[in-house]
Formats: sequence, structure tokens, C-alpha cells
Amino acid sequence: MNETADSKHPFTIPDRKQFKKDLTKKAVVMFFTYFIVVFFAIIFADIVKKGFPVVFPGFSEKGAPLFDAEFFTKMPGTLVAYEDENGVSHRKDIAEFRDFTESNPDAVIRKEHRYSYSGGGILGPLVGTILLVVICIVVALIIGIASAIYLSEYSSQGPLMRLVRLAMLNLAGVPSIVYGLFGLGFFCYAFPIFTTEVADRSIFYFQLPGTSTFFSLQGFGTSMTAGGLTLAAMILPVIITACEESLKAVPMGFREASLALGATKWETIRKAVLPYALPGMLTASVLGITRVAGETAPIMFTAAAAHKDQLPWQNLNGGIAAIPEFFTQSVQALPYHIYTVAARIPQSEYTKPMQYGSVFVFMFAVMLLAALSIYLRVRARKALKW
Amino acid sequence: METATQTPSTSTQAEKSPISASSSGEKAIVDIKDLNFSYDRKKDTLRDISFPMYEKEVTAYIGPSGCGKSTLLRCLNRMNDLIPSAGVTKGSIHIMDQDIYAPEVDVIELRKQVGMVFQKSNPFPRSIYDNIAYGLRVAGITATDELDRIVEESLRGAALWEEVKDRLQDNATGLSGGQQQRLCIARTIAVKPKIILMDEPCSALDPIATAKVEDLINQLKADFTIVIVTHNMQQATRVSDRTAFFYLGELIEFDNTTKLFTSPSKTQTEDYISGRFG
Repeated sequence: MNETADSKHPFTIPDRKQFKKDLTKKAVVMFFTYFIVVFFAIIFADIVKKGFPVVFPGFSEKGAPLFDAEFFTKMPGTLVAYEDENGVSHRKDIAEFRDFTESNPDAVIRKEHRYSYSGGGILGPLVGTILLVVICIVVALIIGIASAIYLSEYSSQGPLMRLVRLAMLNLAGVPSIVYGLFGLGFFCYAFPIFTTEVADRSIFYFQLPGTSTFFSLQGFGTSMTAGGLTLAAMILPVIITACEESLKAVPMGFREASLALGATKWETIRKAVLPYALPGMLTASVLGITRVAGETAPIMFTAAAAHKDQLPWQNLNGGIAAIPEFFTQSVQALPYHIYTVAARIPQSEYTKPMQYGSVFVFMFAVMLLAALSIYLRVRARKALKW
Repeated sequence: METATQTPSTSTQAEKSPISASSSGEKAIVDIKDLNFSYDRKKDTLRDISFPMYEKEVTAYIGPSGCGKSTLLRCLNRMNDLIPSAGVTKGSIHIMDQDIYAPEVDVIELRKQVGMVFQKSNPFPRSIYDNIAYGLRVAGITATDELDRIVEESLRGAALWEEVKDRLQDNATGLSGGQQQRLCIARTIAVKPKIILMDEPCSALDPIATAKVEDLINQLKADFTIVIVTHNMQQATRVSDRTAFFYLGELIEFDNTTKLFTSPSKTQTEDYISGRFG
């Protein structure tokens, strides 16, 4: 090679323009990647900015308690806003307002406005969501772990198994509103139950001979059971897949060692496989909880009530007899409550605190659960190394 | 379960039989006859395998990869049952005079008599004690003092007691590779099998750990019948009494280890042990 004055060394950048074009492309893809951080930051900042003062009023408002415990201990109620004779505006819960007007009949009330669901706290929705999630996760884990054990340990590949997997894949893709309607039709109105009172909606029923109990296809009505089961049906594909992955991650050597020591198949599953798959299953179920806790569509027809005066366990005629009654009540739920205060009532500055406060609490609860699942996973990885 | 077709044991194939090891009146604890085995029911992985294994001896299986030695080993405790389509297609295996593929055989009981140590040491990620006690608890032994006694006995039997006696409650995965493999041997002898199958137990171990396991095999010979699959021909000469050489799914030669390695009767055996192929 003969080097002339303008010919360059083969390692040097041949064309500055080309080089810069490449850099521009890198910048473009990077820009879109960081977009996700921007989205998160905007949502997070907005909710914290407007929600934090609702839960912790003491930081921004002088004289207010540092932590507003009432937000967590009161049921949602109507908010009354008014001005007194000096034009000072006041906000009171409907109950407080009634007490106030009764004890001060001469008080001047001007510009009185009432805002539904915007007063009080979020105790009812919080409790309802917890109940729904507990029912959902218990049912989903029982069915999910059983199915995963069958799929991973017993079944052999074949057309039937391909059908099961196809069904799971499709179930995972069904829109949540469809699950809601399915839950309404099946769990609320048609699920077979044993009862002493047959409802009008019963499709089919007969009395069990010699008892006062009926077998009836009438469902649970709008209730936390129907809602929890609907959520369970929705989360099942995810739980089964996650549990199956956890089982498959257990080394084949454990199964072989156990069988070679004279254990039966079931003993092997119970003692040499399940214990090492459980942490993974728990992690998956915590992540499942964070998902179902936020679902609105599946519960809005099946379980959720916008308004409730009492917690589910209040006003029950005690004892074991009250258990069916307890589980067949409708409940308030956080996502539905947020939907109600954000979209079903006229908006004003007075409805904002309830909206942002609820979302703030909800978001932090979900983030805490996600952190818990990460913690569980890390701890399990440390304890179970193979 | 798949039942092997019972073939009458005839000695008509005496001159083409690869077996020349003198049984000298010893009792065969394992007797394989005309065995064919297939993974997919189409092509036989093992063909016409016939040879005996004798009580309280070490029998080594050697041969190049894919020759079927591990497959045959896994036939002896029916570990191959785990593979859905696999099974014996011809012939029989008698262990202690019982056809182990007969329908009346309880595989669980068979495996209690025919233990297995695997290529990759596979202790459960729980305590050393619990690892040894696993098979005992499965067998229904729950009394603490009895468990303690057998755990110690087994660990001593596997030459591991002195190294781990102060940390029986530690996680077994914290042991070194060689210790883990000896723990797996201890776990196997704890259930007191008649036969121990070892599938390349030293392939992942360093020479010092290997020597320890080999010493252990020589000790265990006093109480157990051992069948060991190995890639390492020197290991076969060091530990075994008899050796079976397999090639492409067939038994080429079975003889006293010394004889097989010094004056093999088949050219394939000679080519393999002299390193001409494999």
C-alpha cells in the first residue's frame, strides 16, 4: 500500500458524517428508552405532591396533625363545604356537620355544597380490597399449585396438554371487563351452592332429602366471594405459569435422588420438590396480589359497592351462622372507590384530596408489596443455593 | 408399567457370548438376559445384553460416550421409568432371583434395595443430618435416637463422619464437591440397599477427592454389591473386580478386570483400552 497525503490510515474514522449519524441514532433510541422514566416520574411526582399532604397534613399545614389517622379509620362519607358569616370556608363530614348544626342552630351557613364520597377516610375500601385479595389468592394458589404440580410433575406432552396450554395462554389475554361479566353471570348468578333459602334468581334447585338445605344454582350474589373468585379466575393463568416455572427450576437431581432412596412419586414431590419451589411460588403470588388489588373491571359488577356504612364484620348476628352472611356481602374496594370519586361525581377542588389521598395510599401499598416480593426472592436465593 | 417378555434362559449362544468370566460357583445377584432397551420404542439403545453381576463385588461399566452404559445402569433400579416412552423391549433383568420388570414388582421397594449415586452430586439444600435421614424418614423411621444412630453409622461408613460431625445441622450445599458426593453415598447406604449403582461418581471431582471416593468404594465392597459406570479406564482397574465393556449399545466383553485390561479377547476392547478410539 502506498500512502498518499490524503489517504488515511485504515483504523481512523473514514467519514465524520457517517460517524455522527450513528451517534444521532443512538441518541434517538436512548431518548425513547428514558421516556419510561419520564412517565414514571410525572405520575409519581403528581401523586406524591397532591396525595402526601392528605395523609400527612402536618408537613404543609400548620396546626394540623402530622399524620391523618382518620383517613385510615373512617368510612368514606359525604363532605359538606360551607362558609360562615365571616366568609371563612369550612369542610366537615356529614356527621360532624349535623352535630354542628344541631348544637349551633343559629350558626350562619352560606354557600353550602355537598360532595358524595369525598369526606371521611378510606377504611371501608381498604378492608374490602384486602378481603377480596385474600379470597382471590387463597383460591388461586390452591388451584394454581395443584395444576402446576400436575403440569410439571405428572403430565406428559400430548395434544391434550397442548390444549391446556393454549387455554391458559388465551385466558391470560381475555380483557378484564370480560372476566367481570363472566363473574357476574357465573359466580353471582349461577354458581352451585348449598343454602337454606333459594333465591329468585336460582336457575335450578332441589331440596336435599331429610334436610332443610337446598342445592341451588343461584351463585353468591354481588359479594366479596364472587369478586374474589372472579379475580382468582383472572389471575390463574399467571399463577399457574409462575408456579410451574418454580417447580421446573428445582433440579431434576433432587427428584432422582429422592426416588432412588425409595420415596414414592408423591413423597418426592412433597419433600424434595415443593419445599424448594415454594419461595418462587410465594414471590409470584405476591406479584399476583399487586395485580389483582388494582383491578377494577372484574369487581365492579361482582363485588364492589360504592357506598357502605359498615365494615363487613359489623352488624352480623354472631357465631358460625354468620360466616355465609359475611362472605356474601358486597364490599367497597379501593380501585372502585377511586373510580367513583374520580369519575362518577362532579369534580371540584373539594373532591381532589380524597382522590389523591386514595391513589397515594394505594400506590404505596402496591409498591410495598412489590418490594416484599423482591425481598422474598433475594432471601430465598440466599437460603436455597444449589 | 411395561412388562418385559419373559425369554427362556438358554445357554445355546455360549460360543458367541461375550462372557468368559468364571463364576466359580459364586451367586449372581444381578442377572441380565438378552436385554433390549429402547427410549422411543423404535430404535433399541441396548441390544442383546446378557451378563451377571456377583454379590459383594465391584463391577465397572466402561465404554465411549453413548454406548449405553448409563442407560443399562438406570435399568437396574428402573430409573428409566421416569422417561415416558422408554422401556425394556426384550429380555429380562433378575435381581435376587426376581424379574424386576415383572408386573408384581413394587418399584419403590426395588429402589430401596438398589440404591443409586449420581454423576452430579445432588444433596438436598437442607442440613447434612436431614439429607441422610431423608430415606429413613421416607421408610417410616421417626425415632430420634434411631435416626441419630443410623446417620452416624452411615457417615462413618462413607468416611465423612470426622469431617462433619460438628456441623450436622449445617446446609449440605456448603460442603466441597467431594464431600457432597460422599454425603450422597452416605445417604444411599443409610437405607441399607443390597446393591449400589454409581453413575460416574467421580467425573466432577479433583484427584484427591476421587481417591477418597475410590477408597470408600473398596471399603463398601465388604457389605454391598457395587456397579460403577466410569469414563476413566484407570479408575475401573483401580476399583473393580469385573469390567463390562460396551460399544454402540452392545456388550462387547465382560471379564475379570485384570484379564480384560491385560489380555482382552476382542479387538474392539483392545482398541478402546489402548486408546485407539473413544
